[in-house]
Amino acid sequence: MSEKTIERPTTDEAAIAKEIEAEEKAAARQASLLRDGWADLRKRPLFIVTSLIILILLALAIAPSLFTARSPFSDGFCQLQNSMNGPSSGHLFGYDVQGCDIYTRTVYGARNSVVVGVVTTTATTLIGGLVGMLAGLIGGWADALLSRITEVFAGLPLIIGGLLIMSIWGGGDVWSVSFIMAILGWPQVYRIMRGEVIANKYNDYVTAARALGAGSWRIAFRHILPNTLAPVIVITTMNLGVYISAEAALSYLGIGIQYPNISWGVMISDAQDRFLTSPHALMFPAGALSITVLAFIMLGDVVRDAFDPKMR
Amino acid sequence: MTIIDPTDAVPAQRPGDHENTGPLLEVRDLHVEFQTREGVVKAVNGVNYTVDSGETLAVLGESGSGKSVTAQAIMGILDMPPARIPQGEIRFYGQDMLTMGAEERRKLRGARIAMIFQDALSSLNPVLSVGFQLGEMFRVHQGMSRKQAKAKSIELMDRVKIPAAAARVNDYPHQFSGGMRQRIMIAMALALEPDLIIADEPTTALDVTVQAQVMDLLAELQREYRMGLILITHDLGVVADVADKIAVMYAGRIVETAPVHELYKRPAHPYTRGLLDSIPRLDQKGQELYAIQGLPPNLLKVPQGCAFNPRCDKAQDICRTEFPPLVPVTEADGTELPGRASACHFWKETIHG
Amino acid sequence: MADPTKADEPQDAMPNVSDVEVAEVHSEEEAVAALDANVERGEPILQVRNLVKHFPLTQGIVIKRQIGAVKAVDGVSFDLHQGETLGIVGESGCGKSTVAKLLMSLETATAGEVFYKGQDITRLSGRALKAVRRNIQMIFQDPYTSLNPRMTVGDIIGEPFDIHPEVAPKGDRRRKVMDLLDVVGLNPEYINRYPHQFSGGQRQRIGIARGLALNPEIIICDEPVSALDVSVQAQVINLMARLQDEFNLSYIFIAHDLSIVRHISDRVGVMYLGKMAEVGTDEQIYEYPTHPYTQALLSAVPVPDPEAREHRDRIILTGDVPSPANPPSGCRFRTRCWKAQDKCAQEEPLLAIPERFKGSDTPAAHESACHFAEVKDVVHAA
Repeated sequence: MSEKTIERPTTDEAAIAKEIEAEEKAAARQASLLRDGWADLRKRPLFIVTSLIILILLALAIAPSLFTARSPFSDGFCQLQNSMNGPSSGHLFGYDVQGCDIYTRTVYGARNSVVVGVVTTTATTLIGGLVGMLAGLIGGWADALLSRITEVFAGLPLIIGGLLIMSIWGGGDVWSVSFIMAILGWPQVYRIMRGEVIANKYNDYVTAARALGAGSWRIAFRHILPNTLAPVIVITTMNLGVYISAEAALSYLGIGIQYPNISWGVMISDAQDRFLTSPHALMFPAGALSITVLAFIMLGDVVRDAFDPKMR
Repeated sequence: MTIIDPTDAVPAQRPGDHENTGPLLEVRDLHVEFQTREGVVKAVNGVNYTVDSGETLAVLGESGSGKSVTAQAIMGILDMPPARIPQGEIRFYGQDMLTMGAEERRKLRGARIAMIFQDALSSLNPVLSVGFQLGEMFRVHQGMSRKQAKAKSIELMDRVKIPAAAARVNDYPHQFSGGMRQRIMIAMALALEPDLIIADEPTTALDVTVQAQVMDLLAELQREYRMGLILITHDLGVVADVADKIAVMYAGRIVETAPVHELYKRPAHPYTRGLLDSIPRLDQKGQELYAIQGLPPNLLKVPQGCAFNPRCDKAQDICRTEFPPLVPVTEADGTELPGRASACHFWKETIHG
Repeated sequence: MADPTKADEPQDAMPNVSDVEVAEVHSEEEAVAALDANVERGEPILQVRNLVKHFPLTQGIVIKRQIGAVKAVDGVSFDLHQGETLGIVGESGCGKSTVAKLLMSLETATAGEVFYKGQDITRLSGRALKAVRRNIQMIFQDPYTSLNPRMTVGDIIGEPFDIHPEVAPKGDRRRKVMDLLDVVGLNPEYINRYPHQFSGGQRQRIGIARGLALNPEIIICDEPVSALDVSVQAQVINLMARLQDEFNLSYIFIAHDLSIVRHISDRVGVMYLGKMAEVGTDEQIYEYPTHPYTQALLSAVPVPDPEAREHRDRIILTGDVPSPANPPSGCRFRTRCWKAQDKCAQEEPLLAIPERFKGSDTPAAHESACHFAEVKDVVHAA
């Protein structure tokens, strides 16, 4: 044993050296947790399907004219004599009560849904994330104050809040709807962010950074923030679907997007009275809405499975 | 052979003594693997051991050695999937538990085989009083009334030497210290007077002075009840006092078995020897400690031949190509050494050289 | 690019890191030089005096009322000399980890002083504190939580240079990080990997490399090997011992494993409930313990030799450690002590060389906080 005891303790080296080559390849493949998650994601069929649906939706939103030759805003788009006519060749989805082509309106409705979803989600993530991070980082009185403020917003029901704001400012376009939902929606992201920051703040690697003399900015942005992102990404993905459906709900009730703007919610609302006689007018916008919302929420689910380390 | 009879769950006499068709517990060629995204992790690769009534087997190993997975397989608490048992038998009084029905197996758990975990705080339900949790064993398995169960709980807490048991029976787990919580875990395992107790690192989370108390208690109770005890640990010191025999595990296999005194005196596997040598000794003060080189094995790609070969200072070519089976170890003159075996091509050199 | 095999020759590893000193900024160098003079005169590099940390226990949400305090550290004093290892042992809740945090200024002391080369560092802040931090670094217990999982090994070990840019010029950092990896026995090629790609022992080496980056004089090790596998513990202990020789480091080695503490320490302090019970050289503490708690602690150490154990005189303490929020009066150990008498409840024993051993040159003549201190050899008891 004596020759062993003098051996220099670079002992890892001997064993590792043999494995280096084989491992180097593996290492190149799985570099970071995020990349690990991405690699896992790509293999999931559900991810591919939902992504495809979302890509189509985005294409509809960006360039609706590629999908339909008609424009819902042109003169003579709606012909009353076609009112409630069923699907026919050239008009696959049929006509609504005003005699407008439902296919074209559904295609153009995608844009408003996507815009509302994206704008609201971005706003809630930014506001909630920022305020949540502040509350979590500072703690103490700031946390207490911000949490009480958040509770005020969280306590307002969406419908009542919507009615209130609409009756004060009017509106009826995507921006006002997004505004309402962002104001009432950010507390959710706030809670997640604050919780994550607090959970990460007491980790040893934060203490280690403090021991090195790291300042608050470095600790916040280099150490805490990157470790809080995974759950925020997941909730953000799901929220896209949630806000699209919330917009439809508000519009359905008449306190969201209003005529002449096109919204799936408004189309559903208009078609509901005649559902028994002509179900097509309800089915197509409602179907588009369901598929969209489902796609985002399922995407959120697979993203969670791939990124949440606790699921591994 | 009717081993499973819920009514005899608290026997005055060990029922096994009459129905005995084999040792208390016999693990034969057990394999366990886990399906992970990186591939198949072979956690246990052909483990054999037996435990008799009144006997203490210490299973010694590092993280990833498969010692805890084996225990979980015996208890039937592995999550399947991702875990899979492709091969092997776990015989309890001769009856293979792996081919038993789920209900039959469930009745064994707790009543005949009980387990003590490392972390008593997370093993106890924080919102129920300890008395309720102890009493639950009696209510569920023996249909006792609440009142009876509570009286039994107090008796048990006395048994594991919790001071003022009657006053503390309604306290919650967080109101107890670490050592006391571990006693409650022991009480819970003992409740139905099982034939076999599996203790997975029972004192690792405890302080040194409390460790000694808890180990002594466990040993005392085991003698009193004549239970079989499987003690899983990574600490060579903890097992020295209480174990009868030791099985050393490495990379999912048993690499050495021996009666406890023999193992410390004359290890027959380089890994065991390395572990013993790396404990700081007085005469080594100021010198470098002996250290086993390299890293614990990666179970996704266990080395060819002997799994220990990349870290072994005795490794030859044969170790890298040929897998060493667990063979009986004898004296230099061929005299048998009962209970001793080693899975090393060079066990002779290791023990006698 | 450093060759991984280079680490086999200590001479190669050393100069690379000692370069760090050359890069020091002048003004700070002068300040440090003045302090260094104190140390050269044989004074301890670190002097801890009556260190106290009480965590207030409060009640109420809006208006907080203090209803008591957890006396985690309650008057601890010791010295640390250059190049020396001071072991601190004790059970959970004895305050040893709080002492580590106080020395690192990660917690603010309630009272008492910590003199680093004669300068009290407990009240420092801002730049002055940052300068001291370069010289006192820490190694953490848990190699899984002490490394940021979203940073590469290169970023983790290089972060000290980002925070203290004067230590290493920008272009030089990558090479320094690779040298550090080499010094702690890891392949420098691993610089772009993430912590989860390493085993526990390797991660602890990364933590050690980060602690070494600023070329500190003192490293506080809070249970540095207790989370590691037995076969890896010895590797890390050897590494730490080697680094101490190479860089003339002073260690405060906090652990509950008495045999490892003995192996690495020159002097040992035994803590119980926020106080030092006994301080002495490793020989004095292990061979001639005079405090009953030390004796009980030593006798409880699991010895991996069944034969030796059977001859041992075992002292098994009854009960648990009392709560530090409500410690016993007088001697804090008296509730578990077999020698306790009325005096122990009324009068607190001070940490000093016991009266009866004063002036004698027996190894029993070392500081012990017990009214009835006497030698009891528990390690070799027949």
